[in-house]
Amino acid sequence: MPVKVIIPTPLRQYAEKKESMEVQAKTVAEALGAITSQYGDLRKHLYNDEGKLRSFVNIYVGDEDIRFLQKEQTPLKEDDVISIVPSIAGGVNLCCICS
Amino acid sequence: MGLKLNNNLIDSIRQHSARDYPSECCGVLLGRAVGDSKQVTEVVPLTNLRHDPSRAQKLLPLDDPGRETEKNRFLIDPLDQLRVEKGARARGLDVLGYYHSHPDHPARPSNYDREHAWPWYSYVIIAVERGAPKDLTSWVLAEDRSAFGAEQLEVTD
Repeated sequence: MPVKVIIPTPLRQYAEKKESMEVQAKTVAEALGAITSQYGDLRKHLYNDEGKLRSFVNIYVGDEDIRFLQKEQTPLKEDDVISIVPSIAGGVNLCCICS
Repeated sequence: MGLKLNNNLIDSIRQHSARDYPSECCGVLLGRAVGDSKQVTEVVPLTNLRHDPSRAQKLLPLDDPGRETEKNRFLIDPLDQLRVEKGARARGLDVLGYYHSHPDHPARPSNYDREHAWPWYSYVIIAVERGAPKDLTSWVLAEDRSAFGAEQLEVTD
């Protein structure tokens, strides 16, 4: 069934600058598989060497975090919107705190 | 690629950094990327989720939660990002990057900043010394993630 995947700005350079893609998928895994098979460079930013989603990548279906649903096996409905949300985190060097 | 923003937007970041001191503050830079430059038109202050350790730890665990707190770490709630991005898209704006403060530390990216950074985004850092905002810098991650490069900052009236 058709679903929409929103591509965040830092990853658009690996997807011909597209803001979103329409793909056919029944699960989140299928939707992400569809976009990474079309744009191979997206894969290394979304998955680690073991083929698991990186911990710095959040995936939402609508307003729901798939961590708290069925992760990548989360089923999709027609016209669902999947958002790839990069984790934004930072802080100071801890070594400085010791000194 | 350079980052353009006006004095009002810089003041807004400075005020936020002072308000949240001694904790790290964070927020998002919205605007448009045109050719080789990014024009920031709005900055939106966001909550540092490290103030809510139980939720933050579920989303992005810290190695040493005893030492790593909201005073030396920040994390943005992805739900906040989702909400801001939706609103920005509706106004024809993009997320160009993020800002955060370094309380009592220089306005230079740390290793922790680099490990958690994404390419393309502008990462604005503001140093805050004993509650007073100081240097403000902007950085972009190298394509191979090996280092941050200083980004040219163009301040307009």
